[in-house]
Amino acid sequence: MKKQINRLEHDARLNRRKSIRFWFDNRAYEGYEGDTLASALLANGVHLVGRSFKYHRPRGIYTAGSEEPNALVQLEEKAYTEPNRRATEIEIYEGLIAHSQNCWPSCKLDIGIVNSWFSRILPAGFYYKTFMWPASFWMIYEKYIRKAAGLGRSPAEPDPHFYDKTYAHCDVLVIGGGPAGIQAAIAAGQTGCRVILADEKSEFGGMLLSENMLINGMPCHEWIESKTAELKTMSNIVLLNRTTVTGYYDYNFLVANQRVSEHLGPRVSVNSPKERLWKIRARQVVMATGAIERPLVFGDNDRPGIMLASAIRTYINRYSTLPGKNCVILTNNDSAYHAALDIADEGGQVSIIDVRTNPAGAMADSAASRGIRILANSTVAGVGYSRGRLRYLEAMELSDDGLEAVGKKQKLPCDLVGISGGWNPTIHLFSQSRGKLKFNENHHCFLAGRPSQDNPVILAGSCQATWFSRECMEEGHAAGCEAAKRAGFSADQQFDGVKTGQLEYSPQRPLWILPGGHPIGQGKTKHFHELHNDATIGDIHLAVREGYESVEHLKRYTTTGMGTDQGKTSNLNALAALSETRNLPIPELGVTTFRPPYTPLTMGSIVGHDCGDLFHQKRKTPMHPWHDQAHAVYEDVGDWKRPRYFSLGNEAMHAAVQRECRQVRQTGGLLDASTLGKIDLQGKDTRWLLNMLYTNAWDKLEIGRCRYGLMLNEHGMIFDDGVTTRIGENHYHMTTTTGGAVRVMSWIEEWLQTEWPNLEVYATSVTEQWAVASLSGPNAAEVLQELTDIPLDEESFPFMSMREGRVADIPARVFRISFTGELSYEINVPARHGLVLWEQLMESGRKFDICPYGTESMHVLRAEKGFIIVGQDTDGTVTPMDLGMDWIVSRKKQDFLGKRSFDRTDTSRSGRKQLVGLLTEDPEFVLPEGAHVVSELKSSPPMNMLGHVTSSYRSPNVGRSIAMALLKDGFNLKGQTLNVPLMNGTTQRVTVTDPVFLTGQ
Amino acid sequence: MLLIKCPWCGYRDQSEFSAQGEAHIARPVNPHELSEEQWGDYLFFRKNPKGVHYERWVHSHGCRRWFNVIRNTATDHIHATYRPDEPVPEFSDEETDQPA
Ligand SMILES: [Zn+2]
Repeated sequence: MKKQINRLEHDARLNRRKSIRFWFDNRAYEGYEGDTLASALLANGVHLVGRSFKYHRPRGIYTAGSEEPNALVQLEEKAYTEPNRRATEIEIYEGLIAHSQNCWPSCKLDIGIVNSWFSRILPAGFYYKTFMWPASFWMIYEKYIRKAAGLGRSPAEPDPHFYDKTYAHCDVLVIGGGPAGIQAAIAAGQTGCRVILADEKSEFGGMLLSENMLINGMPCHEWIESKTAELKTMSNIVLLNRTTVTGYYDYNFLVANQRVSEHLGPRVSVNSPKERLWKIRARQVVMATGAIERPLVFGDNDRPGIMLASAIRTYINRYSTLPGKNCVILTNNDSAYHAALDIADEGGQVSIIDVRTNPAGAMADSAASRGIRILANSTVAGVGYSRGRLRYLEAMELSDDGLEAVGKKQKLPCDLVGISGGWNPTIHLFSQSRGKLKFNENHHCFLAGRPSQDNPVILAGSCQATWFSRECMEEGHAAGCEAAKRAGFSADQQFDGVKTGQLEYSPQRPLWILPGGHPIGQGKTKHFHELHNDATIGDIHLAVREGYESVEHLKRYTTTGMGTDQGKTSNLNALAALSETRNLPIPELGVTTFRPPYTPLTMGSIVGHDCGDLFHQKRKTPMHPWHDQAHAVYEDVGDWKRPRYFSLGNEAMHAAVQRECRQVRQTGGLLDASTLGKIDLQGKDTRWLLNMLYTNAWDKLEIGRCRYGLMLNEHGMIFDDGVTTRIGENHYHMTTTTGGAVRVMSWIEEWLQTEWPNLEVYATSVTEQWAVASLSGPNAAEVLQELTDIPLDEESFPFMSMREGRVADIPARVFRISFTGELSYEINVPARHGLVLWEQLMESGRKFDICPYGTESMHVLRAEKGFIIVGQDTDGTVTPMDLGMDWIVSRKKQDFLGKRSFDRTDTSRSGRKQLVGLLTEDPEFVLPEGAHVVSELKSSPPMNMLGHVTSSYRSPNVGRSIAMALLKDGFNLKGQTLNVPLMNGTTQRVTVTDPVFLTGQ
Repeated sequence: MLLIKCPWCGYRDQSEFSAQGEAHIARPVNPHELSEEQWGDYLFFRKNPKGVHYERWVHSHGCRRWFNVIRNTATDHIHATYRPDEPVPEFSDEETDQPA
């Protein structure tokens, strides 16, 4: 095992007593508790961690945070594996396994590097153009391109982890736990309001974790510890570390992802979710999201060993790692001088290349006094890289306008380069919340402009270009107080202020694309502004030449900002390059809107518990346990599990359905009809309402009698049907289709609440309160009579009436209505007795040869009688007249819902599609439902379509196949022979008939 | 996700509600007296403004009550919510129904 050659003396934020062994590309390494995979690799002297997306160039670790565009690894293996994980975010744990991506056969020797040699044929827009070429071309190359491009592999096995989801409300949500966020949370928390403080890192402190400054004379890491301890004592503050706020939506609704147990590794058994998705509704939001350092772009700026200057500071001060011995800092501003000072403090060699003509002021003095060499007004003309290592930089002087490199090349040997082009405030969430971004000419970056939300977010700290911790804390305190105040709490506490020894900064030079020895885009060197997707400044020039000059087009054409990092380190440099090329100032170019999520979410986190059995609710009737034992095969009807058929022995569906259908008509059958929608209607205006809801008249319905009704929408089209029974003077029991129960209930409520609020009608859904067994067939009365005292003779209990009494000693409502055409009783009992009722009926029915039957047989039985199923034989374009059901439409009623539309030109015209029966030439052939019916057969489509088959079955009782269809002018086609072309190229000839196939009872 | 004030339940997440189109379209009292065009207008024609829109919502996963919302379709700013039996409230562009 290698020694941690780059590890420093001090502990920093590591637990040096606990060393951790991990594996990267099949080699074992050691790090410490508190390390990230990136810091541990750097401590071990590993710079090369992967290959780039398009050109397969060697790549290293570029940042120390979630903005990392380069160091994407395949974490873990098999079911636990995850692609595209940032090495800078993975906390190491014992036994961690990671692999580099995009490398074949290995990271050091990579075949895909040929992409690099052929890079001239892979210019910007390559994928875009490939898509545009003839589709056949794409089909040929797709698999090769995909294999070459790739970005890790998805796991093929099911995810063994579980994930959680939670909802939270708070008065103040503070995003970001750096100096500003900590103070904001404390200030808001002191007012007594409910606070959530979320930070993406493992511990609070933000940029102070990367610092070594003193706060009130105390090392800043101690300050963080004391503040974290203070936060923990405040019971009204929820502290969420390892939690990234990824989305900011309307009305302060935010989504955050908490990595709960991931840092322990998959091999530790913990009784907690891997991740938890928080959905937070905050009354006020404070954004203290900090800033991300911006790189400078120069030729071959992607070599491993080149990283952000701030990342070097983080590795030194947080992770006790100096990733090189011989360093160069390349900067256009003062903040990067801190990195040089830190390197010097740790005994590293360091010099500074500063693009500013005359760097002066406190920082420059401080560096000079330490003997650090400063090359002013200079640029990088070349990068020396060989055998996996950075070797040297070549510096040249800048011309007066800063557009060219002049003078003699100076070679600076180095193995580590820190770059800084200034800072970009992290305002992604502000942009997501539809706030406008504004370019700031002083800070050379985008800042939050006008917010769009009603309770505008309050910003504090570096995310609004406040660079010094002291001011960040003051702003944080003020923001916390203001947010609490807006949320209705009294906040008047003073901020004591802190003393820090920070030096003032001199202005930066807004020069981000550095000229080198060759003009950009020429020669062998590449200037990468976008490392994640391998996009270069040359690509931007090409895009503009080809006319893709708006920001939105440029983004798509060059794929800038379209990687999993969303261009956190590349967007502004792309704009700067575009600005230079088009000779327009940045503010006039506009900026693309940031979209959620801020960092990628796992599918597991989004799905949470909603998978497997919990994916969707299942509604089961009280008789379900019996069905299970009787080998029912279920059909989903809405959310209901309904028995489709009951398999006897090894019976397949067809045999079972034929048997069930025959038996119902010969002896009898029992159907679980509990799922039918049921609505209890009461109140003196109920009858008036029924007259409006249904097409037929309800005035003369007597108590105890039932009536079938069709329900139309205002377009005159059928949307539900069912039987409604008068229970009492002003009391009705309505049934609906199983699938339409909710729709009908809402329909009734809509009219009652919005149009006729003065009606006295109370509608209550009672679908689940009643269990229903539908007993049907010649023996139905005999079976039922054994269990009830209700007289069943024709005179005392006629068709279409209801009787109350006891069945199997259970209080019941029995409806004599029929959907099979046979003598039928629908026996309704309170749901809790449903199973007993069913068992008793089956028991009593045994000697009368009663069988249970399912929905498939129900469909066949009703079709034999020509009864429609709404939603199968109708589709929202069908009127009662189209079904030949004129008899159910009242001529006397002046108004009901949908009536006026009967007179619309289209509804009243002749030749509409009408419901007919179809008999096939081959009596055993069952037409596929949905098949088209044509009059004249042609060799290929299109043919003149008359309509389609809506229902089609093999009917054992008719002794052949039967079908229903909606055909243009169908009533006038009866007796004619038509054609049904089938998918397999053959045709079935059919005769149009009446849709009633079985007459008489 | 919008935060909508149900006149009966108070502020609730949008996911509890469903939108039901333009508000204040009364069903004609005597539909049979209407011309084809007038009936067609009632059936099919709806406003689709960029800006202030009066619309119906129902608290479908809550109290199941219907009510009206004045919402700016461009900004999703909700000016007011009110019961069907309440008069249309006055509002200014600045006003919002959101809690502090
Ligand atoms: Zn409500």
